[in-house]
Amino acid sequence: MTYEEILTKYEPVIGLETHVELGTRTKMFCGCKTDFGAEPNTQVCPVCLALPGALPVMNKAAIEATIQIGLALNCDIAEWCRMARKNYFYPDMPKNFQTSQYDEPLCVDGYVDVEVDGVTHRIGIERVHIEEDTGKTLHVGGATGRIHGATESLVDYNRAGIPLVEIVTKPVPGLGALAPEIAKAYVAELRDIVRSLGVSDVRMEQGSMRCDVNTSLNLPGEEWGTRTETKNVNSLRSVERAVRSEIIRQAGILDEGGKIFQETRHFQETTGDTRPGRSKETATDYRYFPEPDLVPIAPDRAWVAALKEALPEKPSVKRARLREDWGISEIDMQSVANAGAVELIEETIAAGASPAGARKWWMGELARRANELDVELAAVGATPAQVAALQKLVDDGKLNDKLARQVLEGVVAGEGDPAEVMAARGLEVVSDTGALTKAVDDAIAANPDIAAKIRDGKVAAAGALVGAVMKTTRGQADAKAVRELLLERLGVS
Amino acid sequence: MTDLTRLSAASLASKIASKEVSAVEVTTAHLDRIAAVDERVHAFLHVDREGALAAARKVDNGEITGPLAGVPIAVKDVVTTKGVPTTAASKILEGWKPPYDATIVERLKQAGMPILGKTNMDEFAMGSSTEYSAYGATNNPWDLGRIPGGSGGGSSAALAAFEAPLAIGTDTGGSIRQPGAVTGTVGAKPTYGGTSRYGLIAFSSSLDTPGPCGRTVEDTALLHSVMAGYDPRDSTSINAPVPDVVKAARLGKNGDLSGVKLGVVKEFAGDGSEPGVLSSFHESLEKLVKLGAEIVEVSCPNFQYALPAYYLIAPSEASSNLARFDGVRYGLREGDDGNRSLEEVMSLTREAGFGAEVKRRIIIGTYALSSGYYDAYYGQAQKVRTLITRDFQSAFERVDVLVSPTTPFVAFPFGSRTSDPYQMYLADLFTIPTNLYGGPAISVPCGLSEGLPVGFQIMAPTMADDRMYRVAAALESAVGSFTPPEL
Repeated sequence: MTYEEILTKYEPVIGLETHVELGTRTKMFCGCKTDFGAEPNTQVCPVCLALPGALPVMNKAAIEATIQIGLALNCDIAEWCRMARKNYFYPDMPKNFQTSQYDEPLCVDGYVDVEVDGVTHRIGIERVHIEEDTGKTLHVGGATGRIHGATESLVDYNRAGIPLVEIVTKPVPGLGALAPEIAKAYVAELRDIVRSLGVSDVRMEQGSMRCDVNTSLNLPGEEWGTRTETKNVNSLRSVERAVRSEIIRQAGILDEGGKIFQETRHFQETTGDTRPGRSKETATDYRYFPEPDLVPIAPDRAWVAALKEALPEKPSVKRARLREDWGISEIDMQSVANAGAVELIEETIAAGASPAGARKWWMGELARRANELDVELAAVGATPAQVAALQKLVDDGKLNDKLARQVLEGVVAGEGDPAEVMAARGLEVVSDTGALTKAVDDAIAANPDIAAKIRDGKVAAAGALVGAVMKTTRGQADAKAVRELLLERLGVS
Repeated sequence: MTDLTRLSAASLASKIASKEVSAVEVTTAHLDRIAAVDERVHAFLHVDREGALAAARKVDNGEITGPLAGVPIAVKDVVTTKGVPTTAASKILEGWKPPYDATIVERLKQAGMPILGKTNMDEFAMGSSTEYSAYGATNNPWDLGRIPGGSGGGSSAALAAFEAPLAIGTDTGGSIRQPGAVTGTVGAKPTYGGTSRYGLIAFSSSLDTPGPCGRTVEDTALLHSVMAGYDPRDSTSINAPVPDVVKAARLGKNGDLSGVKLGVVKEFAGDGSEPGVLSSFHESLEKLVKLGAEIVEVSCPNFQYALPAYYLIAPSEASSNLARFDGVRYGLREGDDGNRSLEEVMSLTREAGFGAEVKRRIIIGTYALSSGYYDAYYGQAQKVRTLITRDFQSAFERVDVLVSPTTPFVAFPFGSRTSDPYQMYLADLFTIPTNLYGGPAISVPCGLSEGLPVGFQIMAPTMADDRMYRVAAALESAVGSFTPPEL
């Protein structure tokens, strides 16, 4: 059966649980820093290490961010809710329970509208709740870095207690063959919404946003099938592939009269399929109960209203508006959004650059550079004002494209604003006519044969002499001006 | 010279302030007393001679002044003390030195109170006799063959044995008041949230309340006002001024209770209490009436369910709170020989590190919280808790305070109740309702039965801690004090 044939026979139901690591300055329940990549166990205290006697205190910024996310996803914000303890043992979880929310989440019953191929699909949001991250275990001495064969295990608690928000959709039926694309588009939309709020850097590849994908299949008119949960899918493309491969796998089993077991599965980046993990035939008993160490959360209604009032423009609305302004295609706009460049380009234009110019630098040279350094575009080392200034130098003829790239390299390296880099590196286009005439005359004198051909009307040969002039001026001449001057000196213009 | 260990904290403080004696002399006297008698009493698990003397010197140097500056104190071993061993009387924390002070310990230090050492207790504060300490029981100074109460038996015994003028206890179901009653000392459980739990090794988070222990009501009030107050590190801490308990205690000493309505809980009368306890209680009531108080019988019909509700809620929270003792980060680790799995090491550590009573409660709590049983046990117990709170609230619409005996029986001989957990749990029958409600309560010595002390309990509405101190001080002045035989 092909994928299309499967979808004429079975109906998929999908559901997504997305974890977003909040970008708060301090942890969820203590004042420890949350900086990424710090030396192991340098951002810890009695509270996040769960030393005997230590108590949590709720980070208000984390509650605020969760409410903002809930509001942006059209949720109702609970007037009163509580944290709960989810009890289970794990070596990198200091308290051996996770402080989370259970039957009393902070935000409930919202939706996200997702557009695929010009059609809008509404994805229901069941809940948005707040919880904490665990530490990280490192297995040493084995060949693979995995626990098997390791001689010891080390635990880094820097991440323990970093606030997480979990966004759970309602089960989504009726998407048919488009289920994988819509799942992907939903996660992309979610990412854009969270990013627009400025509460997380939502980088899937760094794990600050991760997705669990639930999939089931049923025959038309019958009850929903048994679902599987594919854990920790960490790229947009993988979300799509995970849904598709799980649909294909489950259809294969059902077609042979087999049964789907409720289980956790793991997505394989290399092969694009899922492998079984923990069986869920016997449900884990987390022994949830209300967290007695924390007072209930009762967000002030005026505060919630003010947060709602202050929500930024919805990314989908903003994208449509900017796409129009910039005159680019939906696909180009999507890649701008995917690169996290919407605001940067917007600010660059506001600083005086043309939409095309702004987009060219951010999506070209700077995106390449960010990729090399594995940093966010915003952290690449150039500001929108600098990019606008660079484009202005090009527009004014002081830099050509090649020189501008060298100037940008200096800007990124922290050598200063474009004008300063240009001056310090001596990269300005040579516009001194005397110097240019001399260079042209030198080139003619050094290449009498080519000059003769040009005089005879073979203008195409001029390229070689232009090249020679560019070489002697180290690329700093305006090639167009060189060509004009050359033809003029040879009397063929 | 008078024996400094026999004086009240209030008089020690004034003698130190007036330089009649030095804080170092007072501290030394208590350290010497501990050295002389603690082998027989075993109130202390750890004595910090150097730390206490250093703190006393600071007061003598004039660096710290205040109402209790220079008055030494003993701290229950469930409260963290920076650099000083803190074990909660469990093997699983043997030798652990916390890297931080509990908030209440910080406050004692800021008040210039030298900390003599850490007192014995039932392991993780689970018990009513201090027989469940992993390091051996504490003996009651009134009769060394009897229990000193629990879980704070060490703190109360240290007071009764004149090893310390003041002590810190913690009260989850009566662990300050019940030892106070059976050792003839005073013990108060403040309003829940009135004293910070930060640094208190958690037993049952929604019930645990640190509080003061003394030999007089005024001393207890003085300590109360030093240790209480809002702490931003404890989310459940109440951000409101501490009631003026010292003023209330001094007012009560005058012995005038006219206009005060005392509610006697009908459900606590009679059954289960020893006759000697009941007669002491009723004689005390008569004395309070003579001071002008009015006695009103009130019914709190749900109090009869307090004990079962407590023995579901407290173990449930304990099962979760004690999960962190897994041998990964601190304390004991057993069986880590490179051949065992994480689960096996964790299991062996807990097997070796926890005592029988702790294991019993972890198992009860784990069961009560498990899916399928949650609604029947934990959920039901929380409903009972709400009903008990309503009983208190409606009672306090009619009376100012509720009164009862603190315990149904006087100090019992060692081993007489350990074989039957339910008989042991009954020791806290009268104290537990207050913990479920969250209000303050105090136990004051009110007489002797068969030569052993009987305690009188006064319960007040939440944040009306001052009210109970006033009645307690009046009772104290009416009945006098009770001193144990020489050790």
